[in-house]
Amino acid sequence: MLRFIVRRLLLLIPILLGLSILVFAWIRALPGSVAQSQLGERATPALIKQINHQYGLDKPLPVQYWDYLKSLVSGNLGTSISSFRPVTYELGHRFPATIELALGAMAFAIALGIPLGFMAAKKYGSWFDQTSLVASLLGISIPIFVLGIILKYIFAVRLHWLPSIGREDILAVRPHPTNFYILDAIINADPGALWDAIKHLILPSIALGSIPLAIVMRITRASVLDVQHEDYVRTARAKGLPPGEVDRRHVLRNALLPISTIIGLQTGLLLSGAVLTETVFDWPGVGSWLTTAIANRDYPVLQGGILFLAIVFVLVNLVVDISYAIINPRIRLS
Amino acid sequence: MRKKIVLLALVAVGLVVVLAACGSSGNKSSSSSTFVFASSADPVLLDPALVSDGESLRITNQIFQSLVSFKLGGSEVVPSLATSWKPSANAMSWTFTLRKGVKFSDGTALNAAAVCYNYDRWYNFPAALQNPAVSYYWNTVFGGFAHPAKGNPGPDKSLYKSCTTKGDNEVTLNLTRRSSSFISAIGLPNFGIASPTALKKYKADSGTTDSTGVFHPSGTFATANPVGTGPYMLKQWSPNVKLTLVANPDYWGSKPAITTVIYKPIPDNTARLQALQTGEIQGMDYVAPADYSTVQKDSKLQLLKRPVSSIGYIGMNQAKAPMNNPLVREAVAHAIDKAAIIKAVYGQTGEVANQFLPPSLFGYAKSGIPDYAYDPAKSKALLQQAGLKLPVKVDFWYPTDVTRSYMPDPQRIFQAMQANLNAAGFQVVPHSAPWRPDYLGGAQSGQYQIYLLGWIADYYDPQDFLNVHFGSKTPLFGFNNPQLFSMLTKADAEPNPNLRTADYEKASIAVMKFLPVVPYAWGSSALALDKSVHGYVPGPIGPINEPWADLTISK
Repeated sequence: MLRFIVRRLLLLIPILLGLSILVFAWIRALPGSVAQSQLGERATPALIKQINHQYGLDKPLPVQYWDYLKSLVSGNLGTSISSFRPVTYELGHRFPATIELALGAMAFAIALGIPLGFMAAKKYGSWFDQTSLVASLLGISIPIFVLGIILKYIFAVRLHWLPSIGREDILAVRPHPTNFYILDAIINADPGALWDAIKHLILPSIALGSIPLAIVMRITRASVLDVQHEDYVRTARAKGLPPGEVDRRHVLRNALLPISTIIGLQTGLLLSGAVLTETVFDWPGVGSWLTTAIANRDYPVLQGGILFLAIVFVLVNLVVDISYAIINPRIRLS
Repeated sequence: MRKKIVLLALVAVGLVVVLAACGSSGNKSSSSSTFVFASSADPVLLDPALVSDGESLRITNQIFQSLVSFKLGGSEVVPSLATSWKPSANAMSWTFTLRKGVKFSDGTALNAAAVCYNYDRWYNFPAALQNPAVSYYWNTVFGGFAHPAKGNPGPDKSLYKSCTTKGDNEVTLNLTRRSSSFISAIGLPNFGIASPTALKKYKADSGTTDSTGVFHPSGTFATANPVGTGPYMLKQWSPNVKLTLVANPDYWGSKPAITTVIYKPIPDNTARLQALQTGEIQGMDYVAPADYSTVQKDSKLQLLKRPVSSIGYIGMNQAKAPMNNPLVREAVAHAIDKAAIIKAVYGQTGEVANQFLPPSLFGYAKSGIPDYAYDPAKSKALLQQAGLKLPVKVDFWYPTDVTRSYMPDPQRIFQAMQANLNAAGFQVVPHSAPWRPDYLGGAQSGQYQIYLLGWIADYYDPQDFLNVHFGSKTPLFGFNNPQLFSMLTKADAEPNPNLRTADYEKASIAVMKFLPVVPYAWGSSALALDKSVHGYVPGPIGPINEPWADLTISK
């Protein structure tokens, strides 16, 4: 197990090196330049030249890449060209927001998806099964931003039940030692802040969790359908185990393997930033940040941000692989 | 087991809904002395000398004040930290009398030495701060630095020469050449006077330049401790989340009724409007044109439209025949049905333009502008008079992937103009290019015959419209008209405001007679506020002259 983990971590090095070249080249292949995006109508050739010189963008590409790699090795992801803040500072503030939203969305998807999928499988062919299939199809097909705007219109604009933007009340003045607002509220033992943070998390989590919910539900349904006709399930029933016990210990546990893969992959995807949800709910996460950076041709942010997200994605996949071994000890990670 | 799961799920959903309903009162809470305002982006830095974006300037305009300012809702220069000013006989030195008893929010006094300290600071910026992406306005208005880094303009290009003091209340700015537009320019928030004590204490100019060349302030002046003389001072800034201003107890003017202002960046237009509808915020900028009617129909909201201030025009490159023929340019002007285009594409966000300067700016000619009324038959006649065979082929360029206040939908504008021109004896060959980077580059290097373009002023002075475009020979328009050039140079240099206005009115007429471009639309933007907010004056220069100190909120 340990050897497996070490090997996977070592594999990160060539992956990241390759990725850094790819990102570096891709960003520079984009049309437009820092100077043009910053100056718009005012971009005269003299100003463009002056700005390119300031940012070292007039140096040969290999030299620029070497400079970039040198600062990377020293842990410096650079400074944003548009906000002047270090990329690591922005990540430190934005990544917790993204994690919180991703976990909220996955919690919503899992809490509803697994029980609904399980029930659909148990009532295979019934109206419940048919309805849930159609509903999951809808969940996948409705664009997130449309769902987000509708949810906000109903629960925030019309009913005033939930807030429409941000992570906490605009007027609140609270310390945020970790930038995970729910965790911060717990650390500060502030129930008001905890409820405030949860309240802000509800609508974005539902909007973002709608697609994973549909996927988790469908996979659970299919997986449970497969497993419940296995010999060992029949044997368990034959030997007189109560149906609940059979479902829990034999059906659900074995059905969880493909579900955990999907949950892992979906979480990895959500962690890489939910651009639309973050935009619609003004959630200050990494997705909206990188989108703005593309528009501004903010090279350091794009390079640092994408590299960081790649590391996260690889690590999440590693955790998924390890979780296989825990759920199903028959799998050997060697 | 199954029943338990269903039950648990139902209980969980029910709990959330009930709790949400219980907690709903919490998110509407706001005291009447707090104003929450949202716009599309976070400020970059809070040192006005180092920024050029509207949001940074919107905030710094509440914290800092310049020597002069602009009339609310207009463009006229009015006293601010200086109560009066006068040029020397040769108009190369301008002496300002400072307001007495003004203090910075750190308790230090504003005096002539503090003003000179600021001007000398800008002129002596270190290399990293000379970057036009950082000190854009110093670069644009004053044009040079005392110790230029390689590739940057030096004292020979600078309009600024020196600053001298006489006692505590008199300060003189010495220039290297005559310029009167600089009076409008120094009214910009960018030239707000900061406390020299705070600039030094919080190391405003120090920082490092990383391997990619980005300046990275190591001091905290621009991020946590901006100190000026304005009605508000910074309390806290959590980047990307919110920025809180509180009333400055040392402010020399009347104390603001709103003691706390929270600025929140909400980039998405719909999210911003919904937050206003829920009551989470009380004001927002940049209402999307499609949402004007939503705001107007909402009984709790008010829509404030700014006076038009940007100009959309058809550029005609005279280096590409037959655009050098005045009759052909006139034919283009008569071919365009401006009113129909404004109605169809701009809605409430634009007005038909008959000249280059917007009506709210001095120098706008109220009369004497030639009338290029929509008249396709006349266009054809003019083309024939020019000895051309109909239809006359023209290469017409328009940009894609862009909206501007002067050009909300370039493709639709182009399509309408194409139909107009084709009906008036032209044969349009359409060309398009993405706004970034190809379109502007192509236009500025003189590659296009006729094209859509426009302008949003850097500072609200006719110089920044007329001289920038028609004051010298450029590949954009491809003409050489020494008479017009000298007329505009003279207008810019004229120190007497009344004569200067008259000069620019004449120049406006001269431009429209010469017709290097066909101005067709003046564009504007709009704000939406809760109806409880009173006293907001929308101005032509937008966020950079819309102080929050005069606002009140009714209960």
